[in-house]
Amino acid sequence: MLNIVLISVAVIGGLGLIFGVGLGIASKKLAIVPDELLGEVRELLPGVNCGGCGYPGCDAFAKALCQEQASISACAVCVADNANQIAKVLGVEAGEQKRLVARVMCIGVKDKIVEKFDYYGVQDCRAAVSLSGGAKACPVGCLGLGTCQKVCPFDAITVDEKEGVAHVEADKCTGCGRCALECPRNTITMLDPENRVYVACRLHQKGRAVKEICKAGCIGCGICAKVCKFDAIEMVDNLPIFDYDKCVYCGMCAKKCPQDAIEFIKKPKLKKEE
Amino acid sequence: MSGFVKILLILVSSILVNNYVLSRFLGICPFIGVSKRVETAFGMGMAVTFVMALASVITYLVQYLILVPLNLEFLQTIAFILVIAALVQLVEMIIQKMSPTLYEALGVYLPLITTNCAVLGVAIINITEGYNLVETLFSGIGAAIGFMIAIVLFAGIRERIELSDIPDAFKDFPIALITASLMAVAFLGFSGLV
Repeated sequence: MLNIVLISVAVIGGLGLIFGVGLGIASKKLAIVPDELLGEVRELLPGVNCGGCGYPGCDAFAKALCQEQASISACAVCVADNANQIAKVLGVEAGEQKRLVARVMCIGVKDKIVEKFDYYGVQDCRAAVSLSGGAKACPVGCLGLGTCQKVCPFDAITVDEKEGVAHVEADKCTGCGRCALECPRNTITMLDPENRVYVACRLHQKGRAVKEICKAGCIGCGICAKVCKFDAIEMVDNLPIFDYDKCVYCGMCAKKCPQDAIEFIKKPKLKKEE
Repeated sequence: MSGFVKILLILVSSILVNNYVLSRFLGICPFIGVSKRVETAFGMGMAVTFVMALASVITYLVQYLILVPLNLEFLQTIAFILVIAALVQLVEMIIQKMSPTLYEALGVYLPLITTNCAVLGVAIINITEGYNLVETLFSGIGAAIGFMIAIVLFAGIRERIELSDIPDAFKDFPIALITASLMAVAFLGFSGLV
């Protein structure tokens, strides 16, 4: 009995050993040289796998860069230093690094909006929107259920429970664009961070029609356009369009807006880092 | 002469009459998993051919040179799996070296050839049918050719189906299964040929 057991173990063990050695030799002969360039580029990438570049993860983006299928500027997270280094490693021009920032185009806080119904469903904007377009009467407003918060890889966007509207922390935002992509209402827009004034409302209605849906939205009165001394605002379809070439960021439009719908971000203090 | 005829019969049997996928229902996993495009299906077919042919011969040798003389026939399953696993590893290395695109296209289905019941099936059927070495080799090749025919045909049909107007409930997997079963019924037409 023991004899058979020993022989079985010996036979299978022996076969395994022979095959193992054979495979070892084969792996040496069929070895592939690892792509050094790929490794170097991958090291220089942030490694967050946010998908903002459009590729499934930093590995795929590194590969695309090495194959000259993508440009470094696609990565919104790359700091200027890294981007230049990567460009040097790849031997290409660095290109413009225009990092955008996410802006939530809605100021419809809870006590100002009109709700069509009480929503007791899945606490996700994507789910809410499939139910008659969501509880908020405004068709383009922020639903405040936090889908953007869930998908942000950098924890830069949060939804205040009391306000019910998403809010972006510009310092943490890297402009990868995931929130804008996932928002079912397209309320989030990617803007140039230097453009520090914008109207936080996307509703193209006028006057009373807006007030019936949301007390805080832009009513298309045009006061901002009249007040602007630099001719930088044009009213198009009941919403102000800003010409950032002319705007000097005086903040008058935000001050005079009767609805307080224009967001004016004061000039940030000089940062310590470059 | 009769040896040649027997080999011909074995080939016809394993390719058409007793097709491993459509008649014996072995190897369904890569059959459904790799058949979305004809090129990958063909690549998969080639990989399986290589593994099946070699596995048939090596398992035959292991059976009659090691297991039978030592009265260890009960170790057949484990020993065969060992052989097949080693072969698949080898094939994986070769494909990765020779065609990285095919390697990535096949993805996880390449190592799945190891647990593919069609490969183990052909090894065991060779033994139960009592073939000699040459017959075993051709049985393995025939089985692989049958697998390749089935998977390439299926891939061709699936490419066409992708562009057709299929009801939402049937899209992708359900219609693939229905197609496969219709192919199996069609292959029933070969029964009685051998």
